[in-house]
Amino acid sequence: MSNKDQYLVKTEPFYQAQGKEVVLYEAAYHAKLPVMVKGPTGCGKSRFVEYMAWKLQKPLITVACNEDMTASDLVGRYLLEANGTRWLDGPLTTAARIGAICYLDEIVEARQDTTVVIHPLTDHRRNLPLDKKGELIEAHPDFQLVISYNPGYQSLMKDLKQSTKQRFTAFDFDYPSPELETLILTQETGLAEGTAAKLVKIGQVGRNLKGHGLDEGISTRLLVYAAMLIKRGVDAGDACRMALVRPITDDADIRATLDHAIDTTFI
Amino acid sequence: MMASSDSALKEYQHPLMQQYWKRLDTRFPQVADIFEEAMAEALLVIDRPDLDAYLDAASLIGKLGRGVEPMLVFIEEWPSVVAAVGKQALVPVLDCVKAMQKSPNGNAITPFLQTLAAVARRLQSVEQLQHYLDIALDLMRRTTGSIHGHHTTFPSPGLPGLFEQAPRLLNLLAMAGLRNWVEYGIRNYSHHPERQIEYFTLKLADSRAVLQRERHGTLFADAERSLDLYLRALWQDSDQLVPYSTAFDELRKPIPYYDALGMRVPDVFDDAYGISGLDRYRAVLAHMVGHRRWSEAQIADNWSPFQRMAVEFFEDCRVETLLIREYPGLRRIFLAQHPHPVEDACDPETTSCLRHRLAMLSRALIDPGHGYTDKDLLEFVRRFHELLDQSTSSTAEIAGLALSYVTKTRRQSDQLAKVHFDNTVIDYRDDNRQLWKFIEEGDEEQAFDAERKFEPGDELKGLPPRHYPEWDHATQTYRPDWASVYESLHPSGNAADIDKLLQKHAALAKQLKRLLDLLKPQDKVRIRYQEEGSELDLDVAIRSLIDFKGGATPDPRINMSHRTDGRDITVLLLVDLSESLNEKAAGSQQTILQLSQEAVSLLAWAIDCLGDPLAIAGFHSNTRHEVRYQHIKGFSECWDDTVKARLAAMQAGYSTRMGAALRNAGHYLSSRKSDKKILLLLTDGEPADIDVTDPEHLRADAKRAVEELTTQGVTTFCLSLDPKADEYVREIFGNRWRVLDRIERLPEQLPMLYLSLTR
Repeated sequence: MSNKDQYLVKTEPFYQAQGKEVVLYEAAYHAKLPVMVKGPTGCGKSRFVEYMAWKLQKPLITVACNEDMTASDLVGRYLLEANGTRWLDGPLTTAARIGAICYLDEIVEARQDTTVVIHPLTDHRRNLPLDKKGELIEAHPDFQLVISYNPGYQSLMKDLKQSTKQRFTAFDFDYPSPELETLILTQETGLAEGTAAKLVKIGQVGRNLKGHGLDEGISTRLLVYAAMLIKRGVDAGDACRMALVRPITDDADIRATLDHAIDTTFI
Repeated sequence: MMASSDSALKEYQHPLMQQYWKRLDTRFPQVADIFEEAMAEALLVIDRPDLDAYLDAASLIGKLGRGVEPMLVFIEEWPSVVAAVGKQALVPVLDCVKAMQKSPNGNAITPFLQTLAAVARRLQSVEQLQHYLDIALDLMRRTTGSIHGHHTTFPSPGLPGLFEQAPRLLNLLAMAGLRNWVEYGIRNYSHHPERQIEYFTLKLADSRAVLQRERHGTLFADAERSLDLYLRALWQDSDQLVPYSTAFDELRKPIPYYDALGMRVPDVFDDAYGISGLDRYRAVLAHMVGHRRWSEAQIADNWSPFQRMAVEFFEDCRVETLLIREYPGLRRIFLAQHPHPVEDACDPETTSCLRHRLAMLSRALIDPGHGYTDKDLLEFVRRFHELLDQSTSSTAEIAGLALSYVTKTRRQSDQLAKVHFDNTVIDYRDDNRQLWKFIEEGDEEQAFDAERKFEPGDELKGLPPRHYPEWDHATQTYRPDWASVYESLHPSGNAADIDKLLQKHAALAKQLKRLLDLLKPQDKVRIRYQEEGSELDLDVAIRSLIDFKGGATPDPRINMSHRTDGRDITVLLLVDLSESLNEKAAGSQQTILQLSQEAVSLLAWAIDCLGDPLAIAGFHSNTRHEVRYQHIKGFSECWDDTVKARLAAMQAGYSTRMGAALRNAGHYLSSRKSDKKILLLLTDGEPADIDVTDPEHLRADAKRAVEELTTQGVTTFCLSLDPKADEYVREIFGNRWRVLDRIERLPEQLPMLYLSLTR
């Protein structure tokens, strides 16, 4: 079915396992268990889900959640047409019909009354009632729900309800160890290992400041950006300042400290 | 014999010398004693043609009628001045001497001349010297005083002190800093001779504080956060950073160190060796971190001082090598500050060269391009790097290497008393006290760190004071830690009195109650763009319909709903309790204090009904050393009998130092988490205190305090009971004030004011 094919991940995304998460995810998938992926921004949550979809050869439907999202944005709605109305499936409904992995990114950004629509899909029922249409969809056997969120930086007001949390198995992601992160940088960008190790070191410096003026440490994603800039011939110091320091802080003291770390690492 | 009794007739062998002596034209025998020696020195730096001017000046100073001392000092010091800044300095210096001689400040001439050479060496140019003289003369003119009509009779008390301290001051301050420091002294102590003397001789705490503020270089206070971040980010270490003063120890410069209480670093670092002050701080911290990470304390009892010194040098280099391994860029910062001793600068026949050898070795251990050729040195550098090649080695292992170095290179002359110190001091390294442990109790180790017990009867009474700066409008600077605020709980009285007061105003209370009920449920907030809501949002609905008719997909979120928003206001009521409150209010039998009491009670009751968090405090002051801030109600306390009892005991006395009280109140308010923070000030007059003569000063300070509060998100509102307040309240509080003309209506007005403010 072409509708299904468009959601398939065509080429293998690079993913470096940090632990047993690939095996565990596969087990959860085959047991038809919903999965929650937690971790700081830019540590590889979305990449992991993409990789797993490719590995299992299942379609992946990603929804970036936001505050204005309503339940019908997920489930579907009637559209008005010149000669009547037409029902249009939302991404969640589509995934349940075709047997895709539905990935709700940053789920806490959605309002809590929106997130409850996923409840029937995430327990033993595995169905989705479309009350407006008067239809009950039984989820395809291949269907799986994956959500991700970042427990760190959002406000205290934004948290998942216990009733939502307790429907998922969970993976706790964190930034990879320095050796792994170096490997990721070299694999992802082809940067020389020595330079990659130095970048990772600066990343560590930034992460030490989390909670002391920085809300989040320097993410692996930003390190990859810096590596890509260096790979294009940008001076290492400039690349670090541009990709690692300037995006994350406006605080002069922190900037000076990170700049010092860059100056003493790349000489 | 003749020569000493009448030295004018003294005969010199050399005809030129005889000619100079004649030109000097003096009869002081003390001058004759040093003349030949001084001339020999002068001839080295002063050209022949300029000698006459030098001798004439000396002669002039000798004839001022101030004894022999100024002349002696001038003859001896002038050649060094010329060497430092050149001969052009003579004219301004003589002008300065003449100015002092003409005013009653002749006594300052000797100290002036005594430190002139040191000052000149520090300033290095005539222009700079001229600035220095200008500052001194300015001080002289402005502090030479007449008291009660006496005409220019009293010499400037501070001037001799300034001259005495000048070399030290200029060592720490740039010229602009010196000017500010002197200016501060003139402004604040011009009417207090004893204090002025203390200020200019650096005996006053104030004077030291201002000196510290004006210093050049990177001040610890400015860099503290950066350094904290540095430790945390780059080294995953953190500790209390404690600055020590470098301004007042001339002979024994303190050295950085760390112990259980924290890492001690100097209070200021100038940019030097091409390294910024901040980077010098970082080098100090990095070195200490190195020790904390990799050094282990060694038992020192069996090692000689020389052996210990060598172990320290080797260990310092080991940790630095490891630090550089972590952050290669540190090598540049370390090397720039590390001395590079010249290989044969020290003569082993006459001097103890151990320090020199170790300094060279230390350089060679961390600097691959050291360029030394000594065989032993190269051998040990090689062995050092072998040890550290793959591993981090250990303190014990490196100590073994150090001991064999001492044995291998020992010389008899190492025991000599004359030690070669030049170029061997590495000032970013700590004193290594943590590197040693002693099995036997020595007399030198850590005795100062032992816990001291409080003497009996030494207990603190009440809370220690909080210090707040005060704004000086004349200089546009803060006076550091100027006002001391003592906090306490207000004493209690009889709570029933307040209940009686409330009874008395029962009618008013009823009226207020109606207003309060109107106020309570409020703040409907509209939430738009709802798919389901309580009402149709017409604007959006029409837009959707247009979209629909036009064939586009309409937005289904055409409803809106409402939500009530709670009040989120925190109030602090600050009541002026100064002496003037005891006066009877015009047109009333009650004192202002009693009226205030009633008003505050009613307001507290009203705010309690509304449920807004409220604190009440009173303040008065007795000079800047004693500003009292009394808590009557805390934010978390209920409006109950304990609070009413304190309110009932309200008493008035002393003066009104408003700025300090405002700052202290702001300190409590700013830590509250509310959308709106209000500081309500109830006062009956303008800021004043008995130790301040300039009425403008405390007003400007209060204005400044209000501005500070505004930046902290605190809204200040003043209710003044002084009918003549218009002139100054506007200046202090901008447009956030109200003057109450009929004080007897205060109990009614205060709650109304609050309600209208927060409606």
